[in-house]
Amino acid sequence: MQSGLLPLLYIFLLATFVGLEVIRRMSPLLHTPLMSLTNAISAIAVVGSIVIAGKQETTLSAVLGTIAVTASMINIVGGYLITYRMLRMFKKREPKQP
Amino acid sequence: MSEHAIHILYMASAACFILALKWLSAVPTARRGVITGIVGMLLAVGGTLMLLTPEAQAHGWFHTYRWILVAFVVGAVIGVPMAMMPMTAVPQRTALSHAFGALAAGLVGAAEYYLRTPNLGRFTMGALGVEIILGFLTFTASLMAFGKLQEILPTRPIVYKMQNVVNLSAFTASVLIGAWLVMHPGHTVLFPIMSLLALIFGVMLIIPIGGADMPTVIALLNSYAGLSACAMGFVLDNKLLIVAGALDGSSGLILSIIMCKAMNRSFTNVLFGGFGQVQIGGKAEQRTVRSASPEEAVAFLEAANSVMVVPGYGMAVAQAQHRVRDLFDHLTAHGVDVKFAIHPVAGRMPGHMNVLLAEAEIPYDKLVEMEDANVEMP
Repeated sequence: MQSGLLPLLYIFLLATFVGLEVIRRMSPLLHTPLMSLTNAISAIAVVGSIVIAGKQETTLSAVLGTIAVTASMINIVGGYLITYRMLRMFKKREPKQP
Repeated sequence: MSEHAIHILYMASAACFILALKWLSAVPTARRGVITGIVGMLLAVGGTLMLLTPEAQAHGWFHTYRWILVAFVVGAVIGVPMAMMPMTAVPQRTALSHAFGALAAGLVGAAEYYLRTPNLGRFTMGALGVEIILGFLTFTASLMAFGKLQEILPTRPIVYKMQNVVNLSAFTASVLIGAWLVMHPGHTVLFPIMSLLALIFGVMLIIPIGGADMPTVIALLNSYAGLSACAMGFVLDNKLLIVAGALDGSSGLILSIIMCKAMNRSFTNVLFGGFGQVQIGGKAEQRTVRSASPEEAVAFLEAANSVMVVPGYGMAVAQAQHRVRDLFDHLTAHGVDVKFAIHPVAGRMPGHMNVLLAEAEIPYDKLVEMEDANVEMP
């Protein structure tokens, strides 16, 4: 499915506006979790990496693809896990009495 | 699995990512946001693995998936300990994972270039150039940021004459070579030079940046890593990559704009190598500062009705949040209303101070944003 330049640019434009609108209302309390979550989401590069590592058209591409899948996987696993860990720390009431 | 079904999976994945960010914007729904993000990523990875079915049927399942499997295992083995780091180490961890994300984008770009050249359309080559330049410069810049935050490298800004000229010419040269490759994608000799210049530029970009400016830089690198993935979407004609990359790009952009505003700096000032330069501006109000010994401070604080603590970079560096928590407990026990006013750039990355205080088990409703705190202050 070749889409051509214009439809892709439209998608980019709309997604950017959605991102700006969604994130603008974010509480500053959560800026660090936001950053680690978007970090995990940017590991979506795994999609391109998997295809290259799977097709193995040349040795070079297989090596580059495998390194790329590894790097993305580190971010996927690490990114979601640490975001979840951080959010578990945000508590409203006193958890223990000193 | 037909190609259409995979496209629908990708579409669902994109929707998940948008919902994930939407739910992350408030504490009560934030955990749901993370789960949704995980679902989105599983859909994307699952769909992509299915995309390889024809390959697997032609060459055998093991042959096709062997390296992917190895990479998944190695990635998970490295990823889990990286998520278990203490909260004080989150800034350097984030910088390091920006480096991994950008590296992945850059390497995929390089692989695509060598596989497709010289049959590259101008549009594809242009997107490829953006992907590779952004990916590689973010890779080394993030590694440098990691080095500075981990204090492997000197944290003070290193400035020399003509720095901006040198940096900009490296960047311009890289972009010009990229533009030349758009016209003549077959000139493979130029490709490593372009990549190398981008890698060098990334290092030089961070050299003049001091520790206190790191929040802005990390936010900006976050944005670049996202945009690099986005450019990959243009190369591969993959809309999911474009959506996810654009979400990241806009998130990083918003965060860096917030950081700039909070420091009374213009965005262009930061973008064009203004990092680390101290700007004196704004109207300064003359007030007297009273300093006190610890004993006097105890008397002052215990006698107060309400206390506003303004934690700064020093608390983050000294890792004193648990001592602050002790103070909070002590004063609360005396009936003092203690609140924390958090400046947007306080800490070593955006929002870091909130996480540190949350880790020290200070309830998050005691953390006040700058605007609200200014209203409450006398």
